[in-house]
Amino acid sequence: MAREYKPQIVTANDLFEGDVVYFTASHDWVRDLGGAVVAYSKEAAETLLGHASDQQDKVVGPYLAEVVMGEDNRPEPAHFREAFRTRGPSNYFHGKQAEA
Amino acid sequence: MYKYNDFDEAFVRNRVAEFREQVERRVDGSLTEDEFKPLRLKNGLYLQLHAYMLRVAVPYGTLNSTQMRQLALIAERFDKGYGHFTTRQNIQFNWPRLKDVPEILELLADVEMHAIQTSGNCIRNVTADHFAGAALDEIEDPRPTAELLRQWSTDHPEFQYLPRKFKIAITGAPNDRAVTKAHDIGLRMVRSEAGDPGYEVIVGGGLGRTPMVGKTVRDFLPKADLLPYLEAIMQVYNLSGRRDNKYKARIKILVHETGLDEIKEMIEEAFERQKRDFRGPPSELLEMIEEAFAPPLFDNTQSLAFDHAQEANPAFRSFVETNVAAHKNPAYGIVSVSLKPIGGTPGDATAEQMRTLADLAEAYGHDELRVSHEQNIILPHVRKADIPAVYARLREAGLATANIGLVSDIIACPGMDYCALATARSIPIAQQISTRFDELKLEREIGPLKIKISGCINACGHHHVGHIGILGLDKAGKENYQITLGGDGTETATIGERTGPGFDAEDLIQAIEAIIETYLGLREDTSETFLQAYRRVGAEPFKQAIYARPEDEARAA
Repeated sequence: MAREYKPQIVTANDLFEGDVVYFTASHDWVRDLGGAVVAYSKEAAETLLGHASDQQDKVVGPYLAEVVMGEDNRPEPAHFREAFRTRGPSNYFHGKQAEA
Repeated sequence: MYKYNDFDEAFVRNRVAEFREQVERRVDGSLTEDEFKPLRLKNGLYLQLHAYMLRVAVPYGTLNSTQMRQLALIAERFDKGYGHFTTRQNIQFNWPRLKDVPEILELLADVEMHAIQTSGNCIRNVTADHFAGAALDEIEDPRPTAELLRQWSTDHPEFQYLPRKFKIAITGAPNDRAVTKAHDIGLRMVRSEAGDPGYEVIVGGGLGRTPMVGKTVRDFLPKADLLPYLEAIMQVYNLSGRRDNKYKARIKILVHETGLDEIKEMIEEAFERQKRDFRGPPSELLEMIEEAFAPPLFDNTQSLAFDHAQEANPAFRSFVETNVAAHKNPAYGIVSVSLKPIGGTPGDATAEQMRTLADLAEAYGHDELRVSHEQNIILPHVRKADIPAVYARLREAGLATANIGLVSDIIACPGMDYCALATARSIPIAQQISTRFDELKLEREIGPLKIKISGCINACGHHHVGHIGILGLDKAGKENYQITLGGDGTETATIGERTGPGFDAEDLIQAIEAIIETYLGLREDTSETFLQAYRRVGAEPFKQAIYARPEDEARAA
């Protein structure tokens, strides 16, 4: 049986700052996962990643990451690595958590 | 200390100018990331989880006060006010912006530093005993050799595209503080029967996914033969090392798959050829390097101030017990400054702390500092009479933690708090262990114990050679930690044995506590260290202590 498809978003690191960014519906990049466009099918995810990968002048290493849909239908990280990427390191109050 | 000559200076400046252009071309879109990535990596610039990371080489772990102050300046201006000292004796900055990196490299060049060959499949920064030039047990300072190797390996055209990265470590002392047996090449200074210093050459050690203790390919190599012999090893590796599989590309796999006898033969054969054609480095160069590492002019005045301070101040006495090692000059001591405050991040120093260390090196330490692979800073030459004053300043700066070699002196890689390769976090585990054992007030009672933590199988945290090693993994979407016991990174190098299934973070600290309680219960007396006890009784009592807990039995039932 085919594995059940889980919703995905496209994430990358900003070319200039190096920080974590997410791909939006208007094919732009935002700092907050909540602003990411969610792909609900494998095909939609591939298309999205294709568009994101065309933006090499803005970001580095775009890839698909699974999300779970939370309250208000906002995407939340499915894996702990992605959860850390939304916050920053745990030893100092640095990175996204300090900028929110 | 080695001073750049005109050639070194021009070489480093040219590399900065070249990288500045490369960054500009990446920013204006003329270079793609695929084109730019190998170029930035050649200059030590990685992209990590939350930001870029710049890895700066500290050749053989040696710094002077001017360099340390410059690192402080960079930390303040381009990072978040701190730097991270690593198990490769380097320093990493965790938050630089791409556009600032050329300027950072320029600031480094101003103090004869760079980030070249801190990444990629080349010969990396040569590491050395952090007590080099000071240790009582030393045959000779290994740093002139390390510097020669740095010059020989930097930009060497034959070594730019090796099958995989290549790490060399060197020690001048029989007590191995440089983990030479866990490097691609380890060099241990020994004396010939005639009493001449030379090297035992160890090849094929390494940690990572296939941990191996290096094997001796030469019991004694005369000093003059070092470069042609190493070239012979590199030649054998370059020709026969595997390039078909990244995970089998390190020289340890070649040595293992070929067999020791055959690899020795291959090296000796190549060595004969190399030696015939080899015209050694010019003797002026060797003399210049030797002179650069001549011992400082020691002040041999004896004083009782050191002894009196220990009698008067128990906290100072306890600092001396753990953090001061025997110096070859009896009027001096080697002061290890712990970057492992209780609950802190192993290896981190703030800009302010770096400046304090620089000031102390200048005022009391013949202007020398060392970075240890155990992520601490060493003041290698401090007059005993000055150690009380140094201690007082360290206390003010939050740098007087008296825990060198004890349970809270933990090595931890950056783990998933920073590293893009990590499978779990390391730093919070180190923080929890050190906090817990501080609460228990058992640290001194436990005695010498090395805990080393890696956040992935690549083993930057040297977990395989920790007396207690911890490896963080991703087990079905949850951080999980495997424990190894009995590892040893010294001249009696041993790879630790895995105890069994791993633990979730919540249960890990309890397991570590159970292991240590077991040791305290079974040791013959207080002089039997954890490692000695483990070697005597084996893994079984420890396994029982961590797995035969009531909830596990209930689960098994």
